[in-house]
Amino acid sequence: MRLPAAVAKRMGYALVLLFAVLVLNFTLLYLAPGDAAETIAGEAGGASPEMLAKIRKDYGLDLPFHDQLYLYLAKIVQGDFGHSFYFDQPVTTVIFENLAPTLLLVVSSLLIAISFGTFLGVFAARRPNGLLSQIITVLALLGYALPVFWTGIMLVILFASLIPLFPTSGMDAGPLGASGFDYVWEVLHHLALPVLTLSTIYLAFYSRLSRASMMDVLGADYIRTARAKGLNERVVVFKHALRNAVLPVVTFAGLQFGALFSGAVLVETVFSWPGLGTLAFDSILRRDTPTLLGILFFSALIVIVANLLTDLAYRLVDPRIKTAGKT
Amino acid sequence: MLRKFGLAALAATVAAGAATVVAADTPKKGGTLVIVSSQVPRHFNPAVQSGIATMAPGAHIFATLVRADADWKIHPYLAKSWTTSADGKSVTFKLRTDAKFHDGKPVTSADVKFSIETQKANHPFKTSLGAVTGVETPDAHTVVVKLKHPHPALTLAMSTSIVPIIPKHVYGDGQNPKAHPRNIKNVVGSGAYILKEYKRAQYILLERNPNYFLKGRPYMDRIVYKIIRDASSRVIAMERGEGSLFAFMSDVAAIARLKKSDKLVVTDKGYAGIGPNTWLAFNTKEGPTADVRVRRAIAYAIDRKFITGQLHRGVSTPSTGPIVPGSPFYTREVETYDVNLKKAEALLEEAGHKKKADGTRLELTIDYLPAVPDVQQRIAEYARGQLKKVGIKVTVRNSPDFPTWAKRISNWQFNMTMDLPFNWGDPVIGVHRSYLCNNIKKGVIWSNTQQYCNPEVDKILEAAGQETDPAKRRALYVKFQQILADDLPVYWISVLPYHTAYSKDLGNPPVGIWGIVSPMDDIYWKKQPK
Repeated sequence: MRLPAAVAKRMGYALVLLFAVLVLNFTLLYLAPGDAAETIAGEAGGASPEMLAKIRKDYGLDLPFHDQLYLYLAKIVQGDFGHSFYFDQPVTTVIFENLAPTLLLVVSSLLIAISFGTFLGVFAARRPNGLLSQIITVLALLGYALPVFWTGIMLVILFASLIPLFPTSGMDAGPLGASGFDYVWEVLHHLALPVLTLSTIYLAFYSRLSRASMMDVLGADYIRTARAKGLNERVVVFKHALRNAVLPVVTFAGLQFGALFSGAVLVETVFSWPGLGTLAFDSILRRDTPTLLGILFFSALIVIVANLLTDLAYRLVDPRIKTAGKT
Repeated sequence: MLRKFGLAALAATVAAGAATVVAADTPKKGGTLVIVSSQVPRHFNPAVQSGIATMAPGAHIFATLVRADADWKIHPYLAKSWTTSADGKSVTFKLRTDAKFHDGKPVTSADVKFSIETQKANHPFKTSLGAVTGVETPDAHTVVVKLKHPHPALTLAMSTSIVPIIPKHVYGDGQNPKAHPRNIKNVVGSGAYILKEYKRAQYILLERNPNYFLKGRPYMDRIVYKIIRDASSRVIAMERGEGSLFAFMSDVAAIARLKKSDKLVVTDKGYAGIGPNTWLAFNTKEGPTADVRVRRAIAYAIDRKFITGQLHRGVSTPSTGPIVPGSPFYTREVETYDVNLKKAEALLEEAGHKKKADGTRLELTIDYLPAVPDVQQRIAEYARGQLKKVGIKVTVRNSPDFPTWAKRISNWQFNMTMDLPFNWGDPVIGVHRSYLCNNIKKGVIWSNTQQYCNPEVDKILEAAGQETDPAKRRALYVKFQQILADDLPVYWISVLPYHTAYSKDLGNPPVGIWGIVSPMDDIYWKKQPK
């Protein structure tokens, strides 16, 4: 299949998927007990029935389910994601404020997990029974098994409290922080622990994946041929073997992007990282349905785009795929 | 009753504030106060929104007519004096003439009238200004508040951001004040600090108001609210000195931990006005708890002292009635139901709950508010163990989040629930609501969800709400507390172990009745942090 046609087909699927995401999420949230009016009244320390009725009317919460769903979908089609009940601002404004920090966190974690993971995997694959390989395996399994929020809290206690190297929370030093180039450094300083936390799990994952894949490839005939040709080991490993061994890693990077997003919710909460995760968490607690639906929609969109990019990356790494599907 | 305050009283306020510091040195100017907080405000206009998240920064941004000290005394603030008419139905405030809003416009009687009307129409605390029938403005600096009946809670309600003075020229433009864009951006008050920046869920930056009407104040250049979601990160931030003040701590382990720090002072002062009660509420209409003997049996089975002493490790105080011990209306002369398992069993027997073959007498459920385990879930679990001893099989029902719990309780689908309502200064504002017959409102959380109704109590509360003689008023509330303790719609357990941790180098920490929900124009650095 040629590139434009392939992309068009994927876009078609994506639209259907997004519609399903919207309807399903709307229904699920509708079924959750309690609504935004109760939360707003609750945080205000109580309210009168008239006030509750007014809040519900203002936000359209008094309408029957199908009307609410229809109105919501009709607005989405016009590009209007509604108004946050809780923050009294357009949902898109609220979400875009929080999008960049999440992308920064997720993308840097993913990049670190893939590059380091693959590197460790390759390293381990070359001497599968060596001591270093064993150590990498144990560390990888440990990182994979530990719950991400626990890792986060332990890292805070270790590197922010006992050995105060890094800040405990937030994305920058706030209003009294630096500007310009110093600000970049400040954000990186704040980014260290969250990224370390989030990438541990996936680091483990990719190192195991690339180790297995690399061992497989290193046993292949063409590697023996390459070695017989007298190529040096580095070229054999990194040019001939790695390019093939990395395919499953790319596949999984795309698939895992969604999972990474959900992991970010926990990491963001632990580190007060001002991203979509904390926003989603707050929205659930406050039954701020429009905001939550918006977040889920944009998350779905990001995952779909990530998968599309994975497919394209595939074509780059493995030329065979361009021709596959041609009958 | 006639009350007049002049400059002398203002001087007394300053003196009272300074008296809280051991060595009364002269306050130094300058520096930044970083407050660690978990609270995310929706916006900053406390005239239309209650809750600490809005009220605390709101109290720094918006000045109020009067202010309160640590001894419930009311002092002048925007009003330099006030008098109450002989029949108590008219209160005249004389305003300062030198007060200006942050945008330079003067604070006049029109702003006060507008503020009172906006608050009355929009604020959830209906009883705070419920008695107000009208506001007259004979001149630019005189305000006459007309009342349906005498309203002794008026000045106390006006002493914190329950009734902030907001500018008419900003909020009087016809837009819905609850969703006004200026509630969050370019907020204009007349208080000690100006809102410079708010990054949602990250920080609030307040800067010194150079034209504040109290000359020389505030002493701080800046106040920063640093919002940290994770509880342990908040504690670490205080230990590391990233924050210098942390209020509304209810986590027992955190309090104990910060008490160990040699750089911090940890106090439970500053919450008398807010009056946070922890209690076990009963459904008095449906199920076994409709029988007062069952409620009393439960009270006898639970040991309040174990909760405050062991569960809370001594950082909370027992609460024995609807009014918290810090209030001037509190009395200890009530039935306290000191733990007595034999009495509990006898009462259950009397109520017809005989012991079955498996040793149980009856089954009940207990709910609790999520997210504050020390003052809710742990007590519920302890109660389950205690009640088992007298043959009550208790199921603890978890709620994943606030709306789930609120739905159950406000629709009366419960036997018992843990809860933590606040007194909010005067009983009229925060206490009456839980016990009045006419406040039994299905679907409304923190109304009279116990569905307790006693016409005698209603009568006493109505009289107490209007009684201007403090001694007579107190007598009415004493009677009220005694009846309530006998009827026991709620088993009051403890005052929330709210604590404030602050740097040892801070002078004039916020320990008045309203704590951090106050102007904070006198707090200063005795020694600047590095």
